[in-house]
Amino acid sequence: MSSFKGRDIISLRDMTIDDLWTIVMRAQEVKEGKHGDCLKGKTIASLFFEPSTRTRLSFESAIVKCGGNVFGFADPGASSQKKGESFSDSIRTVTGYCDAMVIRHPVEGAGRLASEVATVPVINAGDGANQHPTQTFLDLFTIHEEFGRLKNLKIGIMGDLKYGRTVHSLTHAMAMFDAEMVFISPPSLRMPSAILSDLTEQGISYRTADTPEDAADMGLDVLYVTRIQKERFGDPLEYKNVAHGYRINCNTISALGDQVRIMHPLPRVDEIAEEVDATPNAIYFTQAHNGVPARQALLGLVTGGIS
Amino acid sequence: MERVYKVYAINNGTVIDHIPTPLALKVVEILGLGNEGVFTIGVGFQSKRLPKGKDILKIENRVLLESETDKIALIAPEATINIISNGKVSEKRIISVPERIFGVMHCPNPNCATNKLGAHSNFALEDKETMTYRCEYCERVTGIVPENLTAPE
Ligand SMILES: [Zn+2]
Repeated sequence: MSSFKGRDIISLRDMTIDDLWTIVMRAQEVKEGKHGDCLKGKTIASLFFEPSTRTRLSFESAIVKCGGNVFGFADPGASSQKKGESFSDSIRTVTGYCDAMVIRHPVEGAGRLASEVATVPVINAGDGANQHPTQTFLDLFTIHEEFGRLKNLKIGIMGDLKYGRTVHSLTHAMAMFDAEMVFISPPSLRMPSAILSDLTEQGISYRTADTPEDAADMGLDVLYVTRIQKERFGDPLEYKNVAHGYRINCNTISALGDQVRIMHPLPRVDEIAEEVDATPNAIYFTQAHNGVPARQALLGLVTGGIS
Repeated sequence: MERVYKVYAINNGTVIDHIPTPLALKVVEILGLGNEGVFTIGVGFQSKRLPKGKDILKIENRVLLESETDKIALIAPEATINIISNGKVSEKRIISVPERIFGVMHCPNPNCATNKLGAHSNFALEDKETMTYRCEYCERVTGIVPENLTAPE
Protein backbone atom coordinates (compact mmCIF):
# COMPACT_ATOMS: atom_id res chain seq x y z
CA MET A 1 0.00 0.00 0.00
CA SER A 2 1.34 3.40 -0.92
CA SER A 3 1.96 5.76 1.94
CA PHE A 4 0.35 9.16 1.95
CA LYS A 5 2.36 10.67 4.77
CA GLY A 6 4.32 13.68 3.54
CA ARG A 7 2.83 13.48 0.08
CA ASP A 8 1.75 16.42 -2.08
CA ILE A 9 -1.70 16.18 -3.65
CA ILE A 10 -1.44 18.22 -6.83
CA SER A 11 -3.01 16.40 -9.74
CA LEU A 12 -5.17 13.42 -10.46
CA ARG A 13 -2.44 12.36 -12.86
CA ASP A 14 -0.25 11.49 -9.88
CA MET A 15 -2.87 9.20 -8.35
CA THR A 16 -3.20 5.45 -8.75
CA ILE A 17 -6.44 3.54 -8.40
CA ASP A 18 -5.20 2.33 -4.99
CA ASP A 19 -4.67 5.93 -3.88
CA LEU A 20 -8.25 6.78 -4.83
CA TRP A 21 -9.53 3.73 -2.97
CA THR A 22 -7.57 4.67 0.13
CA ILE A 23 -9.04 8.18 0.17
CA VAL A 24 -12.59 6.92 -0.37
CA MET A 25 -12.27 4.28 2.37
CA ARG A 26 -10.73 6.67 4.90
CA ALA A 27 -13.37 9.30 4.08
CA GLN A 28 -16.06 6.74 4.81
CA GLU A 29 -14.43 5.96 8.16
CA VAL A 30 -14.29 9.67 8.96
CA LYS A 31 -17.98 10.00 8.16
CA GLU A 32 -18.66 7.05 10.46
CA GLY A 33 -17.03 9.00 13.26
CA LYS A 34 -13.44 7.72 13.19
CA HIS A 35 -10.19 9.72 13.00
CA GLY A 36 -11.80 12.67 14.80
CA ASP A 37 -8.50 13.94 16.22
CA CYS A 38 -6.23 13.11 13.28
CA LEU A 39 -5.04 16.73 13.05
CA LYS A 40 -4.63 17.28 16.79
CA GLY A 41 -1.70 19.60 17.44
CA LYS A 42 -1.30 20.26 13.70
CA THR A 43 -1.45 23.64 12.03
CA ILE A 44 -2.67 23.90 8.45
CA ALA A 45 -2.17 26.96 6.24
CA SER A 46 -5.10 27.83 4.00
CA LEU A 47 -3.76 30.08 1.24
CA PHE A 48 -6.39 31.33 -1.18
CA PHE A 49 -4.71 33.47 -3.82
CA GLU A 50 -8.11 33.73 -5.45
CA PRO A 51 -11.41 33.71 -3.59
CA SER A 52 -13.39 30.46 -3.48
CA THR A 53 -15.63 30.58 -0.46
CA ARG A 54 -17.11 27.09 -0.76
CA THR A 55 -13.84 25.26 -1.17
CA ARG A 56 -12.17 27.30 1.57
CA LEU A 57 -14.97 26.78 4.09
CA SER A 58 -15.06 23.07 3.31
CA PHE A 59 -11.31 22.75 3.95
CA GLU A 60 -11.41 24.90 7.06
CA SER A 61 -14.34 22.93 8.45
CA ALA A 62 -12.41 19.71 7.76
CA ILE A 63 -9.35 21.03 9.61
CA VAL A 64 -11.28 22.19 12.67
CA LYS A 65 -13.35 18.97 12.83
CA CYS A 66 -10.14 16.93 13.03
CA GLY A 67 -8.82 19.02 15.90
CA GLY A 68 -6.35 21.03 13.81
CA ASN A 69 -5.65 24.74 13.71
CA VAL A 70 -5.96 26.81 10.59
CA PHE A 71 -4.54 30.14 9.50
CA GLY A 72 -4.18 31.86 6.14
CA PHE A 73 -5.95 34.28 3.89
CA ALA A 74 -9.13 34.22 1.85
CA ASP A 75 -8.20 36.49 -1.04
CA PRO A 76 -5.03 37.77 -2.69
CA GLY A 77 -5.42 41.28 -1.27
CA ALA A 78 -4.37 39.89 2.09
CA SER A 79 -1.23 38.15 0.82
CA SER A 80 2.20 39.75 0.62
CA GLN A 81 2.15 39.14 -3.15
CA LYS A 82 0.60 42.55 -3.42
CA LYS A 83 3.79 43.96 -1.93
CA GLY A 84 5.80 42.32 -4.69
CA GLU A 85 7.02 39.20 -2.89
CA SER A 86 7.36 36.29 -5.31
CA PHE A 87 4.97 33.38 -5.02
CA SER A 88 7.85 30.98 -4.36
CA ASP A 89 9.15 33.16 -1.52
CA SER A 90 5.70 33.35 0.06
CA ILE A 91 5.53 29.56 0.04
CA ARG A 92 9.10 29.21 1.36
CA THR A 93 8.13 31.43 4.28
CA VAL A 94 4.78 29.86 5.13
CA THR A 95 6.19 26.33 4.93
CA GLY A 96 7.98 27.04 8.20
CA TYR A 97 4.73 27.97 9.95
CA CYS A 98 2.61 24.89 9.28
CA ASP A 99 2.35 21.10 8.98
CA ALA A 100 0.59 21.16 5.61
CA MET A 101 -0.77 23.78 3.26
CA VAL A 102 -3.85 24.10 1.10
CA ILE A 103 -3.40 26.35 -1.93
CA ARG A 104 -5.85 27.86 -4.35
CA HIS A 105 -4.36 29.97 -7.15
CA PRO A 106 -5.59 31.29 -10.50
CA VAL A 107 -2.35 30.30 -12.30
CA GLU A 108 -2.11 26.77 -13.74
CA GLY A 109 0.76 24.89 -12.14
CA ALA A 110 0.90 27.07 -9.00
CA GLY A 111 0.23 24.04 -6.80
CA ARG A 112 3.02 22.05 -8.46
CA LEU A 113 5.45 24.93 -8.07
CA ALA A 114 4.47 25.34 -4.41
CA SER A 115 5.05 21.63 -3.79
CA GLU A 116 8.60 21.99 -5.10
CA VAL A 117 9.57 24.77 -2.71
CA ALA A 118 7.53 23.72 0.35
CA THR A 119 8.92 21.23 2.86
CA VAL A 120 5.44 20.28 4.10
CA PRO A 121 2.70 18.53 2.08
CA VAL A 122 0.85 20.79 -0.35
CA ILE A 123 -2.78 20.17 -1.31
CA ASN A 124 -3.92 21.79 -4.55
CA ALA A 125 -7.35 23.33 -3.98
CA GLY A 126 -7.60 24.46 -7.61
CA ASP A 127 -5.03 25.91 -10.01
CA GLY A 128 -6.75 27.91 -12.73
CA ALA A 129 -8.36 25.72 -15.37
CA ASN A 130 -6.03 22.82 -14.57
CA GLN A 131 -6.72 20.60 -11.54
CA HIS A 132 -8.92 20.47 -8.46
CA PRO A 133 -8.25 16.96 -7.17
CA THR A 134 -10.27 17.14 -3.92
CA GLN A 135 -13.43 17.80 -5.96
CA THR A 136 -12.88 14.46 -7.67
CA PHE A 137 -12.19 12.71 -4.36
CA LEU A 138 -15.50 13.91 -2.91
CA ASP A 139 -17.29 12.95 -6.14
CA LEU A 140 -15.89 9.43 -5.95
CA PHE A 141 -16.66 9.18 -2.25
CA THR A 142 -20.26 10.23 -2.92
CA ILE A 143 -20.68 7.75 -5.77
CA HIS A 144 -19.24 4.96 -3.63
CA GLU A 145 -21.46 5.88 -0.72
CA GLU A 146 -24.52 5.77 -2.95
CA PHE A 147 -23.80 2.59 -4.92
CA GLY A 148 -21.46 0.66 -2.65
CA ARG A 149 -19.00 0.37 -5.51
CA LEU A 150 -17.03 2.41 -8.03
CA LYS A 151 -16.48 -0.26 -10.67
CA ASN A 152 -18.60 -0.70 -13.79
CA LEU A 153 -21.03 2.15 -13.27
CA LYS A 154 -22.92 3.93 -16.02
CA ILE A 155 -22.34 7.63 -15.82
CA GLY A 156 -23.58 10.55 -17.88
CA ILE A 157 -21.52 13.71 -17.74
CA MET A 158 -23.29 16.81 -18.92
CA GLY A 159 -22.62 20.51 -19.52
CA ASP A 160 -19.49 22.32 -20.60
CA LEU A 161 -17.29 19.35 -21.39
CA LYS A 162 -14.80 21.33 -23.43
CA TYR A 163 -13.46 23.61 -20.72
CA GLY A 164 -14.67 22.07 -17.46
CA ARG A 165 -11.79 20.87 -15.31
CA THR A 166 -14.18 19.05 -12.94
CA VAL A 167 -15.59 16.89 -15.71
CA HIS A 168 -12.15 16.16 -17.17
CA SER A 169 -10.86 14.93 -13.81
CA LEU A 170 -14.01 12.92 -13.14
CA THR A 171 -13.76 11.29 -16.57
CA HIS A 172 -10.13 10.41 -15.90
CA ALA A 173 -11.04 8.88 -12.51
CA MET A 174 -14.15 6.99 -13.68
CA ALA A 175 -12.15 5.53 -16.57
CA MET A 176 -9.83 3.98 -13.96
CA PHE A 177 -12.91 2.23 -12.57
CA ASP A 178 -14.09 0.98 -15.99
CA ALA A 179 -17.20 3.13 -16.14
CA GLU A 180 -19.43 3.20 -19.18
CA MET A 181 -19.79 6.85 -20.09
CA VAL A 182 -21.98 9.17 -22.09
CA PHE A 183 -20.93 12.76 -22.69
CA ILE A 184 -23.87 15.12 -23.05
CA SER A 185 -23.19 18.59 -24.37
CA PRO A 186 -23.98 21.06 -27.13
CA PRO A 187 -21.82 20.32 -30.18
CA SER A 188 -19.64 23.38 -29.52
CA LEU A 189 -18.73 22.19 -26.00
CA ARG A 190 -17.82 18.54 -26.60
CA MET A 191 -15.20 16.63 -24.65
CA PRO A 192 -11.71 17.37 -26.08
CA SER A 193 -10.59 14.77 -28.60
CA ALA A 194 -7.38 14.08 -26.63
CA ILE A 195 -9.45 12.85 -23.68
CA LEU A 196 -11.68 10.75 -25.94
CA SER A 197 -8.72 9.10 -27.61
CA ASP A 198 -7.25 8.31 -24.16
CA LEU A 199 -10.50 6.54 -23.31
CA THR A 200 -10.41 4.56 -26.53
CA GLU A 201 -6.85 3.51 -25.76
CA GLN A 202 -7.94 2.33 -22.33
CA GLY A 203 -10.78 0.32 -23.85
CA ILE A 204 -13.47 2.44 -22.16
CA SER A 205 -16.80 2.49 -23.95
CA TYR A 206 -18.40 5.90 -24.32
CA ARG A 207 -20.73 7.80 -26.55
CA THR A 208 -21.69 11.42 -27.07
CA ALA A 209 -25.18 12.84 -26.95
CA ASP A 210 -26.87 16.21 -27.39
CA THR A 211 -29.45 15.84 -24.63
CA PRO A 212 -29.87 13.66 -21.53
CA GLU A 213 -32.95 12.08 -23.12
CA ASP A 214 -30.67 10.72 -25.86
CA ALA A 215 -29.09 8.55 -23.16
CA ALA A 216 -32.41 7.33 -21.76
CA ASP A 217 -31.84 3.78 -23.00
CA MET A 218 -28.61 3.38 -21.02
CA GLY A 219 -30.13 3.06 -17.57
CA LEU A 220 -27.68 5.59 -16.16
CA ASP A 221 -26.60 5.22 -12.53
CA VAL A 222 -25.34 8.80 -12.33
CA LEU A 223 -26.02 11.98 -14.25
CA TYR A 224 -23.32 14.48 -13.37
CA VAL A 225 -24.50 17.97 -14.29
CA THR A 226 -22.25 21.01 -14.65
CA ARG A 227 -22.90 24.60 -15.51
CA ILE A 228 -22.70 25.97 -19.04
CA GLN A 229 -21.23 29.43 -18.79
CA LYS A 230 -22.77 32.26 -20.74
CA GLU A 231 -19.31 33.58 -21.62
CA ARG A 232 -18.70 30.53 -23.82
CA PHE A 233 -21.26 31.81 -26.32
CA GLY A 234 -20.82 34.87 -28.50
CA ASP A 235 -24.55 35.21 -29.06
CA PRO A 236 -26.73 35.54 -25.93
CA LEU A 237 -29.69 34.10 -27.81
CA GLU A 238 -27.70 30.99 -28.72
CA TYR A 239 -26.81 30.59 -25.04
CA LYS A 240 -30.45 30.89 -24.05
CA ASN A 241 -31.49 28.20 -26.53
CA VAL A 242 -28.71 25.86 -25.48
CA ALA A 243 -29.17 26.41 -21.75
CA HIS A 244 -32.88 25.67 -22.06
CA GLY A 245 -32.16 22.19 -23.38
CA TYR A 246 -29.81 21.52 -20.48
CA ARG A 247 -32.23 22.02 -17.66
CA ILE A 248 -32.91 18.92 -15.56
CA ASN A 249 -36.39 18.57 -14.13
CA CYS A 250 -38.63 15.76 -12.93
CA ASN A 251 -39.49 14.84 -16.52
CA THR A 252 -35.81 14.28 -17.27
CA ILE A 253 -35.63 11.95 -14.30
CA SER A 254 -38.67 10.00 -15.48
CA ALA A 255 -37.00 9.61 -18.85
CA LEU A 256 -33.71 8.43 -17.36
CA GLY A 257 -35.32 6.05 -14.88
CA ASP A 258 -35.79 6.01 -11.13
CA GLN A 259 -32.37 4.51 -10.49
CA VAL A 260 -30.54 7.64 -11.69
CA ARG A 261 -28.75 9.84 -9.17
CA ILE A 262 -28.18 13.49 -10.03
CA MET A 263 -24.88 15.07 -9.03
CA HIS A 264 -23.59 18.63 -9.43
CA PRO A 265 -20.38 20.27 -8.12
CA LEU A 266 -22.39 23.38 -7.14
CA PRO A 267 -23.09 26.22 -7.27
CA ARG A 268 -25.89 25.65 -9.74
CA VAL A 269 -27.62 28.46 -11.55
CA ASP A 270 -30.65 26.97 -13.24
CA GLU A 271 -29.35 23.70 -14.69
CA ILE A 272 -31.40 21.73 -12.17
CA ALA A 273 -34.98 22.73 -11.39
CA GLU A 274 -35.73 23.13 -7.71
CA GLU A 275 -38.47 20.50 -7.96
CA VAL A 276 -35.70 17.93 -8.29
CA ASP A 277 -34.21 18.80 -4.88
CA ALA A 278 -36.89 16.91 -2.93
CA THR A 279 -36.59 13.69 -4.97
CA PRO A 280 -34.46 10.79 -3.79
CA ASN A 281 -32.57 11.16 -7.07
CA ALA A 282 -30.96 14.43 -5.99
CA ILE A 283 -27.70 13.83 -4.17
CA TYR A 284 -25.88 17.09 -4.89
CA PHE A 285 -26.25 18.54 -1.42
CA THR A 286 -24.95 15.33 0.15
CA GLN A 287 -22.15 15.54 -2.40
CA ALA A 288 -21.24 19.06 -1.25
CA HIS A 289 -21.32 17.98 2.40
CA ASN A 290 -19.10 15.02 1.59
CA GLY A 291 -16.33 17.46 0.73
CA VAL A 292 -15.67 17.76 4.44
CA PRO A 293 -15.01 14.08 5.31
CA ALA A 294 -13.12 13.63 2.02
CA ARG A 295 -10.83 16.55 2.92
CA GLN A 296 -10.56 15.40 6.54
CA ALA A 297 -9.38 12.01 5.33
CA LEU A 298 -6.89 13.54 2.91
CA LEU A 299 -5.44 15.96 5.45
CA GLY A 300 -5.15 13.15 7.99
CA LEU A 301 -3.40 10.94 5.45
CA VAL A 302 -0.80 13.48 4.28
CA THR A 303 0.04 14.68 7.81
CA GLY A 304 0.33 11.11 9.12
CA GLY A 305 -2.63 11.42 11.51
CA ILE A 306 -4.36 8.64 9.56
CA SER A 307 -2.23 5.76 8.34
CA MET B 1 37.94 26.51 -58.78
CA GLU B 2 35.90 23.92 -56.97
CA ARG B 3 35.97 24.14 -53.21
CA VAL B 4 36.87 20.82 -51.75
CA TYR B 5 35.84 21.54 -48.18
CA LYS B 6 32.54 23.31 -48.02
CA VAL B 7 32.68 23.17 -44.25
CA TYR B 8 36.14 22.77 -42.80
CA ALA B 9 36.96 19.41 -41.30
CA ILE B 10 37.62 19.32 -37.59
CA ASN B 11 40.08 17.19 -35.66
CA ASN B 12 38.21 16.96 -32.41
CA GLY B 13 34.60 17.71 -31.52
CA THR B 14 31.11 16.98 -32.76
CA VAL B 15 29.71 17.02 -36.30
CA ILE B 16 25.95 17.26 -36.73
CA ASP B 17 24.86 16.45 -40.26
CA HIS B 18 21.48 16.20 -41.99
CA ILE B 19 19.87 19.07 -40.11
CA PRO B 20 16.93 20.21 -42.29
CA THR B 21 17.64 23.67 -43.73
CA PRO B 22 17.42 26.24 -42.10
CA LEU B 23 17.38 24.73 -38.60
CA ALA B 24 21.14 24.78 -37.91
CA LEU B 25 20.87 28.19 -36.26
CA LYS B 26 18.04 26.89 -34.08
CA VAL B 27 20.27 23.97 -33.05
CA VAL B 28 23.00 26.45 -32.10
CA GLU B 29 20.45 28.34 -30.04
CA ILE B 30 18.96 25.41 -28.14
CA LEU B 31 22.43 24.08 -27.37
CA GLY B 32 23.43 27.50 -26.08
CA LEU B 33 26.59 27.52 -28.22
CA GLY B 34 26.41 31.21 -28.98
CA ASN B 35 28.99 32.40 -26.52
CA GLU B 36 31.53 29.63 -26.42
CA GLY B 37 34.23 28.09 -28.56
CA VAL B 38 34.45 27.71 -32.30
CA PHE B 39 31.75 26.24 -34.46
CA THR B 40 31.12 26.31 -38.19
CA ILE B 41 27.76 26.20 -39.88
CA GLY B 42 26.99 25.22 -43.44
CA VAL B 43 23.51 26.01 -44.67
CA GLY B 44 21.55 24.70 -47.66
CA PHE B 45 23.61 21.81 -49.02
CA GLN B 46 21.99 19.42 -51.46
CA SER B 47 20.86 16.21 -49.87
CA LYS B 48 19.23 13.06 -51.19
CA ARG B 49 17.53 12.46 -47.86
CA LEU B 50 16.36 16.04 -47.34
CA PRO B 51 14.89 17.45 -50.56
CA LYS B 52 14.74 20.98 -49.16
CA GLY B 53 18.41 20.91 -48.32
CA LYS B 54 20.49 20.17 -45.26
CA ASP B 55 22.62 22.10 -42.83
CA ILE B 56 25.81 20.93 -41.18
CA LEU B 57 27.12 22.08 -37.83
CA LYS B 58 30.66 21.36 -36.63
CA ILE B 59 31.58 22.13 -33.07
CA GLU B 60 35.28 22.14 -32.34
CA ASN B 61 36.88 20.61 -29.27
CA ARG B 62 33.63 19.75 -27.63
CA VAL B 63 31.91 16.40 -27.31
CA LEU B 64 28.23 17.07 -26.81
CA LEU B 65 26.57 15.29 -23.92
CA GLU B 66 23.83 12.82 -24.72
CA SER B 67 21.33 15.10 -23.01
CA GLU B 68 22.42 17.77 -25.50
CA THR B 69 22.23 15.60 -28.59
CA ASP B 70 18.80 14.35 -27.48
CA LYS B 71 17.58 17.92 -27.61
CA ILE B 72 18.54 18.02 -31.27
CA ALA B 73 16.05 15.21 -31.81
CA LEU B 74 13.31 17.63 -30.83
CA ILE B 75 13.71 19.72 -33.96
CA ALA B 76 15.77 17.53 -36.26
CA PRO B 77 15.11 13.87 -35.60
CA GLU B 78 16.79 13.02 -38.93
CA ALA B 79 20.10 14.53 -37.88
CA THR B 80 23.17 12.32 -37.67
CA ILE B 81 25.81 12.92 -35.07
CA ASN B 82 29.46 11.96 -35.26
CA ILE B 83 31.95 12.47 -32.49
CA ILE B 84 35.43 13.18 -33.90
CA SER B 85 38.70 12.39 -32.12
CA ASN B 86 42.09 12.96 -33.75
CA GLY B 87 40.49 13.49 -37.15
CA LYS B 88 38.52 10.24 -37.08
CA VAL B 89 34.95 9.35 -36.26
CA SER B 90 35.13 7.83 -32.78
CA GLU B 91 31.41 7.49 -32.21
CA LYS B 92 28.29 7.55 -34.37
CA ARG B 93 25.52 8.59 -32.07
CA ILE B 94 21.89 7.66 -32.59
CA ILE B 95 19.68 10.43 -31.27
CA SER B 96 16.45 9.66 -29.51
CA VAL B 97 13.51 11.70 -28.40
CA PRO B 98 14.13 12.80 -24.79
CA GLU B 99 11.75 11.65 -22.06
CA ARG B 100 12.06 15.02 -20.36
CA ILE B 101 13.07 18.45 -21.53
CA PHE B 102 14.21 21.06 -19.09
CA GLY B 103 14.56 24.70 -19.91
CA VAL B 104 14.59 24.61 -23.72
CA MET B 105 10.91 24.92 -24.46
CA HIS B 106 8.46 27.71 -23.68
CA CYS B 107 5.03 26.62 -22.52
CA PRO B 108 2.53 28.14 -24.98
CA ASN B 109 -0.09 28.55 -22.21
CA PRO B 110 0.09 32.20 -21.07
CA ASN B 111 -1.54 31.30 -17.74
CA CYS B 112 1.09 28.67 -16.91
CA ALA B 113 3.25 28.95 -13.77
CA THR B 114 6.30 28.95 -16.07
CA ASN B 115 5.06 32.17 -17.64
CA LYS B 116 3.43 33.78 -14.60
CA LEU B 117 5.26 32.62 -11.48
CA GLY B 118 8.82 31.97 -12.60
CA ALA B 119 8.64 28.16 -12.60
CA HIS B 120 11.38 26.56 -14.72
CA SER B 121 10.19 24.98 -17.92
CA ASN B 122 9.86 21.19 -17.58
CA PHE B 123 8.10 18.91 -20.05
CA ALA B 124 7.54 15.17 -20.05
CA LEU B 125 7.16 13.15 -23.24
CA GLU B 126 3.48 12.43 -23.74
CA ASP B 127 3.48 10.61 -27.07
CA LYS B 128 6.57 9.61 -29.02
CA GLU B 129 4.76 9.12 -32.31
CA THR B 130 3.21 12.56 -32.41
CA MET B 131 6.21 14.15 -30.60
CA THR B 132 4.02 15.81 -28.02
CA TYR B 133 5.03 16.88 -24.55
CA ARG B 134 3.07 17.63 -21.39
CA CYS B 135 3.98 20.66 -19.30
CA GLU B 136 4.80 19.57 -15.74
CA TYR B 137 3.00 22.66 -14.38
CA CYS B 138 -0.14 23.49 -16.34
CA GLU B 139 -0.36 19.92 -17.75
CA ARG B 140 -1.21 21.12 -21.25
CA VAL B 141 0.01 18.99 -24.11
CA THR B 142 1.98 20.71 -26.84
CA GLY B 143 3.78 19.75 -30.01
CA ILE B 144 7.35 20.70 -30.79
CA VAL B 145 7.39 24.03 -32.57
CA PRO B 146 10.86 25.45 -33.27
CA GLU B 147 9.57 28.91 -32.25
CA ASN B 148 8.94 27.61 -28.73
CA LEU B 149 12.47 26.32 -28.33
CA THR B 150 15.10 28.57 -26.80
CA ALA B 151 18.57 28.49 -25.32
CA PRO B 152 19.02 26.69 -21.99
CA GLU B 153 18.35 28.94 -19.01
ZN1 LIG C 1 2.66 25.04 -18.90
